[in-house]
Amino acid sequence: MINSLIELTLEHIELILIAVVFAAAIGIPCGILLHRNVRLRRWLLTVTNIVQTIPALALFGFLIPIPVIGGIGKKTAILALVLYALLPIMRNTLVGLQQVDPAIRESAIAMGMTSGQLLKLVELPLAVSTILAGVRVATVTTVGTATIAAAIGGGGLGVFIFRGIASVDNTQLLAGAVPAALIALIADGGLGWIERRLSPA
Amino acid sequence: MSAAVSFCNVHYSIGARNILADISFDLYPGQTLVMLGRSGSGKTTALKLINALLTPSQGEVLVEGKATTAWNPIRLRRQIGYVIQDVGLFPHFTIARNVGLVPELEGWQPSRTTTRVRELLDLVGLPHADFENRYPRQLSGGQKQRVGIARALAVDPPIILFDEPFGALDPVTRFDLQNQFLDLTRRLNKTAVFVTHDVQEAVRLASRIAVLHEGRLELLATPAEFKLQREGEAGKFIATL
Repeated sequence: MINSLIELTLEHIELILIAVVFAAAIGIPCGILLHRNVRLRRWLLTVTNIVQTIPALALFGFLIPIPVIGGIGKKTAILALVLYALLPIMRNTLVGLQQVDPAIRESAIAMGMTSGQLLKLVELPLAVSTILAGVRVATVTTVGTATIAAAIGGGGLGVFIFRGIASVDNTQLLAGAVPAALIALIADGGLGWIERRLSPA
Repeated sequence: MSAAVSFCNVHYSIGARNILADISFDLYPGQTLVMLGRSGSGKTTALKLINALLTPSQGEVLVEGKATTAWNPIRLRRQIGYVIQDVGLFPHFTIARNVGLVPELEGWQPSRTTTRVRELLDLVGLPHADFENRYPRQLSGGQKQRVGIARALAVDPPIILFDEPFGALDPVTRFDLQNQFLDLTRRLNKTAVFVTHDVQEAVRLASRIAVLHEGRLELLATPAEFKLQREGEAGKFIATL
């Protein structure tokens, strides 16, 4: 029990880390793009909003029959988790960039900054805590969603939970739920701390 | 002597709305032109046409003889200082980095930037030892605006634009900063364009006053000539004195 608890907890963390890193690597650049391109903003946000409304269990189900990217196992699970984590990260990146004081942006442009310098020296540093808040929200929700990954063979703490449900065994259920809650709390606290440290003002 | 800034029949409109109509004037090096007008008179728009934050719908704005549309906007802006009411200091940079930002963008050696920043902070009355490592939030409104001026002077641009820079300050601080403005523009021989709706400020600072009313240049005169006006928009401003 203890061995498999440690093993499944690590697997769970692995799922979350991979999914959040991918979601950030895609979501932050997308957020920057949306900030620059109003037309793109509308439809990309709509698409990710729709993805967000699909129930997690259904999304995992939909992905199974899709060739190459789908199927049973970790890869499909991570793909679904990335899709879920994308929206908060993308939206917070956009909001963070939009929140930059117009007077500051104007004086940066008037000082002769190129749009790349404006982004790198002014907009991103001032948006960083909002972006990180998005990553934090995405991470915490991913901890919960990742328990469903077990339904399609993705592993993680969901294995205990599904087993617990199937055998009406509260011990198994708690063995899955308690560590998942702890991971969520630790991730929330840790990322919140980094957020405050990096906050510009 | 050739003009530092010239407006040649400049129009600016957004859609069907005319913001500026047929503005023409020349501003010579070392002069201070104050654009005086009510809110919505187009004075800030006129200012933004000079550093290509906006481009004319018709006509041309010439800076040092060259149309703003023919300049590379980045190069143009780096040789025009810009000071605005909200200051626009970067909250995540120290005072020293704020002031040294244009030198940094221009690729100066860090040691040269540091020397220049210290010189400028001392020049605007903020002893560098006290201020260089502070952040904008630790400064008063007047101190921030002094930093704003130091920042605009950083690479010694020949032209500096001021958009109601002292509007939000208390009268005593405003008076101090006006004196500083007069001292600096004379000593450093800067060409300045200064936007305000404060008549007293206009009369104190200007070599010439441009009165803007509903997008038109109603009067272009020296402060002495301006004070004699009894008619029109200029007369209304005089009446408030």
